[in-house]
Amino acid sequence: MVSRVTDDYEAMITAGCRAVCEPAFWAGYDRSGPQGFYDYFCQLTDYEPKRAAKFLLPHFTWLCINPKESEDVKLAEDVIALIPQFLDRPNVLGIGEIGLNKNTRNELKVLEQHIDLAARYDQLILVHTPHLEDKFKGTRLILDAILADKRIKPDRVIIDHVEEHTIQMVLDAGFWAGITLYPESKTTPARAVDMFEVYGGQRVWLNSACDWGRSDPLAVPKAAIEMRRRGHSDETIDRLVFQNPVRFLGQNPRFTVR
Amino acid sequence: MTRQQILDLYFMDARSKLIDIAAFLDRVDRGEGEPDFRLVEFRKALGELNRGEPVRAKSVLMALSDPTTEPIPKAPGKGAVGAWPGSAAH
Repeated sequence: MVSRVTDDYEAMITAGCRAVCEPAFWAGYDRSGPQGFYDYFCQLTDYEPKRAAKFLLPHFTWLCINPKESEDVKLAEDVIALIPQFLDRPNVLGIGEIGLNKNTRNELKVLEQHIDLAARYDQLILVHTPHLEDKFKGTRLILDAILADKRIKPDRVIIDHVEEHTIQMVLDAGFWAGITLYPESKTTPARAVDMFEVYGGQRVWLNSACDWGRSDPLAVPKAAIEMRRRGHSDETIDRLVFQNPVRFLGQNPRFTVR
Repeated sequence: MTRQQILDLYFMDARSKLIDIAAFLDRVDRGEGEPDFRLVEFRKALGELNRGEPVRAKSVLMALSDPTTEPIPKAPGKGAVGAWPGSAAH
């Protein structure tokens, strides 16, 4: 939400959103050093929740160095070392969004360090899977890396941005699957509901993005309308768009939205 | 939902997208110079629509995906272009 204006908070609360969960992500440019990340983590854990609270929207966050900046391993190590001091902040949900971007060796090293951090501090994990042509390969590499660390329980990990070619392997491995709604890339509401109908909704949730580029903070309410158009019951819709996220995030006692 | 209901709900939207794809290919044909690998991969992916099973979305995504399994030595940049250029590019 750090890239958005307050009108978006107002629109979300008006549309019935109950909370916003913001992953640490790329700033649209590479930060010049660890101090930039320190300031960003302060923004995510201090200023942004206050800004959201003015619109009655509880704000939660995830912390990490985003995969887009993980090619520089030394920078990543310095940033990862900053994270533990923020983990006790009241709106922190866990480590994320970690993962891969271009599926490089360095990105994989940094992913393993984030996984280790999550294991040492018993944190939930939110995983970003790569874009477009890199998603299938990256998702496989990510699943292998997480499954290799036996301290991590798959049901405490959500693999985000799944699409039709990756959702099955994510669910088969015992992870949660996040379907991300975007106007152009990733998934439309119609495809998201297709995946829900084909693969079931036991460990699946929907999310939107509030990004620097084209993205729609109201994409989840719009997907709920899509479900209603197809005749899904209010109970089914509520389970997918609200109860499932609550079930996953509620594994962290700080997430008290019910 | 019945097939009739699905057609009632989605046919016009799918028709519009189909014509957009046709117009895109016409536009590329009318353009000058050589296209890159994306057009080749796009045409390959279009072929997946003729499958007789309801796994077309998955098949199109796979047709545009990097099928390799090993991490690459260094990122060529931050972005993705939507199609895999093939092993020659790495």
